[in-house]
Parts: sequence; C-alpha cells; structure tokens
Amino acid sequence: MAGTITTLGNSHAPRISNVTQESRPVRWLLISLAIAFLFLFLALPLAAVFSEAFSRGWQVYWQALQEPDAWAAIRLTLIAAGIAVPLNVIFGVAAAWAITKFSFRGKQFLITLIDLPFAVSPVIAGLTYVLLYGSHGPLWSWLSEHDIKIIFATPGIVMATIFVTFPFIARELIPLMEEQGTSHEEAALTLGASGWQTFRRITLPAIKWGLLYGIILCNARAMGEFGAVSVVSGHIRGQTNTLPLHIEIAYNEYHFAAAFACASLLALLALATLFVKSLLEWKERHERFLASQAARKEP
Amino acid sequence: MRQRSVIPGFGLSLGYTAFYAGLVVFIPLAALFIEASNLGWGELWQTISAPQAVASYRLSFGASLVAASLNLIFGLLVAWVLVRYPFPGKKFIDALVDLPFALPTAVAGIALTALYTPNGWVGHLLNFKVAYTPLGVVVALTFIGLPFVVRTVQPVLAELEAEIEEAAASLGANRWQTFRRVLFPALLPAMLTGFALAFARAVGEYGSVVFISGNMPFRTEITPLLIITKLEQYNYAGAAALGVAMLLVSFALLLIINSLQHWSAKKTGGK
Repeated sequence: MAGTITTLGNSHAPRISNVTQESRPVRWLLISLAIAFLFLFLALPLAAVFSEAFSRGWQVYWQALQEPDAWAAIRLTLIAAGIAVPLNVIFGVAAAWAITKFSFRGKQFLITLIDLPFAVSPVIAGLTYVLLYGSHGPLWSWLSEHDIKIIFATPGIVMATIFVTFPFIARELIPLMEEQGTSHEEAALTLGASGWQTFRRITLPAIKWGLLYGIILCNARAMGEFGAVSVVSGHIRGQTNTLPLHIEIAYNEYHFAAAFACASLLALLALATLFVKSLLEWKERHERFLASQAARKEP
Repeated sequence: MRQRSVIPGFGLSLGYTAFYAGLVVFIPLAALFIEASNLGWGELWQTISAPQAVASYRLSFGASLVAASLNLIFGLLVAWVLVRYPFPGKKFIDALVDLPFALPTAVAGIALTALYTPNGWVGHLLNFKVAYTPLGVVVALTFIGLPFVVRTVQPVLAELEAEIEEAAASLGANRWQTFRRVLFPALLPAMLTGFALAFARAVGEYGSVVFISGNMPFRTEITPLLIITKLEQYNYAGAAALGVAMLLVSFALLLIINSLQHWSAKKTGGK
C-alpha cells in the first residue's frame, strides 16, 4: 500500500470542498429512491411473512408449529444441516489449506470446481443425484441389493444439501488465508511445533472469524434449501419433508396461516443470520484496526 | 509439481479436497452428461429445441435479464447511497441488503406471492396483474439477485480516492460529468460482475419463482420447472438433456464472471 500517494498524507482526510458532494436535494432524492426500492423488495416481503403468519391469531400460529408433520420437518432440516455443515467445514479448511499454502498444477481448475455449485441451478444439482442414485441410475442394483435408500430418503436430502452449500466455507477461507500468507506457520514449524499444533495454535485463531462467517452463511443456506432438496425428497409427509418443503405443501393446500407460521421460523433464522454476520464483520474490522494500531506503535 | 515447503499436510489436504470434490460435484455432474449422451445427437437436439423448452428459455433468460438490469440500476444507487451519504438507520439497512442471501427461497416465494396477488398489499394498488404472469417471475428474480450488484460495487466505491473527483472538479467538470466520465468507468467492471452474478443466479432459480409464476406451460414455466416436470414423468434423458443445456450456459457465465472479476481487480488494484 505504501505508494507515492499515501506517503504524501492521509488520503481519507475530510473533504474540504463542496465540489465532490451533490447538492442537498439531489442527495435526499437519491437516498429516498434507494430506501423506497429496499422497502418494496426487502422490508415488505419480510413484513408480509409475519403478518400472514399471525393473520388468524396466536392460537392458529402455535397450532401450526405443533403439528407432528411440522416437527418432523424441523427435525429433518436440523439433521440435514447438522451433517452438511460440519462436512463442508472439514472440506473447506482442507481445500483452503491445500490451495493457499502450496502451489501445484491444476489449482485454478480446483478453484473453479469449488465455485461450480454456486453457478449450477439447484434443480440440476438434485437431478444429478437422482440420475446417479435413483432407480434409473447405474448404482441402483447394488444399492437395492444392500437395502440402501438414497433418493426419496434422508441420505439424498443430506447429499443435495451438501452440494448446494459446498463452496461456502472454502470461498470464505481461501482469500483470507491467501492474504495471511505462510510466514507465521513457517515460524512455528521451525520453532519445533508439529503440523497439527501449528494449525491449531497459529492458523485456526487467525481464521476463526472468517470460518464462523462461512459457517453461519452455510447453515442458513442448508436449512433453507428448496430446489435441490425438492427434487430428491419425494415429498413424503412426516418422513422426507424438510421445513421449506413442508411450507410448500401447506401453502399448496391453502393452509396459508400454517405455511406462513413455519415460514416465520425460517425468516427469524434469516434475521438471526444477518445479525450474527454484521457482528462478525464488526469484530473483524475491530481486530484489524487494533492490529494496525499496534503495528503503528512499533518503530 | 509443487514448490518445496516446510508446511506439512499437502498430500492429506489436497487428497481429501480432490476426493470430496469428486464425490460431491464431479461424479454427479458427469452422470448428467452420460445420461444426456444416451439420447444421441438428433434426439438431444430435438429435446433441447422443443417449442415448450424454447418458451421456457425465453422466460428464464428474458426475466433474468430484466431482473439483473433492475438490480444493476438500483444496486448502483443503493451502493452509492450507502457509501457516500450519512443518514439514520444506515447500518441496519446495510445489513438488510443481504436478506435475499439468508432468507430461504420458498419463504421469499410465498411472501412475494402474498404481496402481489390482486388482493395483496401491493397487488391491490396496481391495475395490472403481477402474480401468475411473467412480471411476477421478474419480481421474484429481482428479489433474489438484489445483493449482488450492491456488494460488488460497494467496496470499489469506498476505495476510490477523493482526489480524482477533486481533480475533475478543478478542471471544470460538473458533478454529473464527473460521475459519467470519471466514476462510472471506474465502477463499470464491478457493476458488470454484479450484473453477471445476479443473472447467473436468476437463470437457475427455482424456489422463489414457482409460487409466484403460476407455472403455465409456454407462458410462465421457467426451465428448471420444466426439468422437474420431465423428471416427474420419468423422462430421465429429457430432463438430463435440458440439464446439460442449462449447465453449459452456467459454465459460460462462470467463465465470463471470472474474467470480469479479473478485469475488475486489475482496474482497481493496479497491481
């Protein structure tokens, strides 16, 4: 960063002149337009979820959440996220370690492969698993011989969830670890730490906020995934419905209050996710600030 | 193959990464191509170019294009306002921009449908139909693509040096000229990256669209829905054919996005 400009002075000094500011009416017009757009597309849908959920009173709301099918759906959603997120954490850390600490041929290909699930339609993700493990697929005879059900069962739902949340952790960690480089790890290793100790004491503390950030985003997507899970689930009530699929069925059967009651749970999850995300961003900025202050004190 | 390094775990981490990525992503996608290849070229082309499929592409790509363009304009506006102007509640609004990433698509779908049906909060104010028309698809796709342009433009805008604007002003440019000639070219790569990301996401979107679109063949049926319809009719090869067509488009978009990001990084980083 130490370019010619930054050495001349603080480039973020308060702006003295008006020449780089819009006039007051223009400013207010732009702010109002932006807020109107966000109100229409973000605030209103969110408000609609809660308003519809409570449109027939608290009692109907509680009843909808206490239905056995709703509970089974919540349980399955927790199971799917509970398996998919840890597996993707292990993968994300391993992938980021391999990609950022070493240089090897085919790295770019690997990075593109990791990005791929973000670009693929969730429906296609589900479709690929149906083709591979379904009754039409190459593994079907072996699977049925061993009495293993994947499609229209929990394993398929877990796999589809893993696919759509596959890049989250790795995507978060790769730029972060790239920026941190390898000098700290190398120092620890030359001082006699083992590989595992180095990872636990040096790398992990340095990436913990980024890792947490990736985990909450991964979890939000895992619990809310609809398209991919819908293709592999078979929609068996009480058995293969996750919470989003349960919402769909209730909605299509015109149980609007029940559908929106369950939707309000997921909306709360989304709001909690955004809150934790902002908190982590603040925390990370704060630590960066402290680190830069500490660096400035050194001669 | 690799540079010598004292850091351990190369074999383990790369081996596991390759194994897991192969199992989760590579093999299933390969199965899709193999299934589609069972059709042979003639039938493959026939499935992909069937009138119902073409109508679904027109809707999927058309609506995605409109939605991504809306997000391009309003995303720039929102990013600008969030970076440049102080106003009450700004932090809250900034956090809320990511809502479409965090809110499950099915929830977004039923909420938007409730708003835009003829007796919904927004629907009853309008004298034209939104829900169950292609316009409804655009609304849903605008919602899910909303954060992309904001989040790609925001950091670039925040990094721009005030000096270049002062220089433009001192050379006699008015505010609009400065924006058009100085700021806009600097922001363009980030804007296009956000646009492409929003477009790619919209093309594959399913959950938020199926509720508001009404799913009428030839009119409001998006391509992902057509794939599911074929799958439910046990037409595996047909579903795979459409899946491959969409996947190739996604690959192309991914390549475009990568090169846009590269361009963007080069333009702003200067390294």
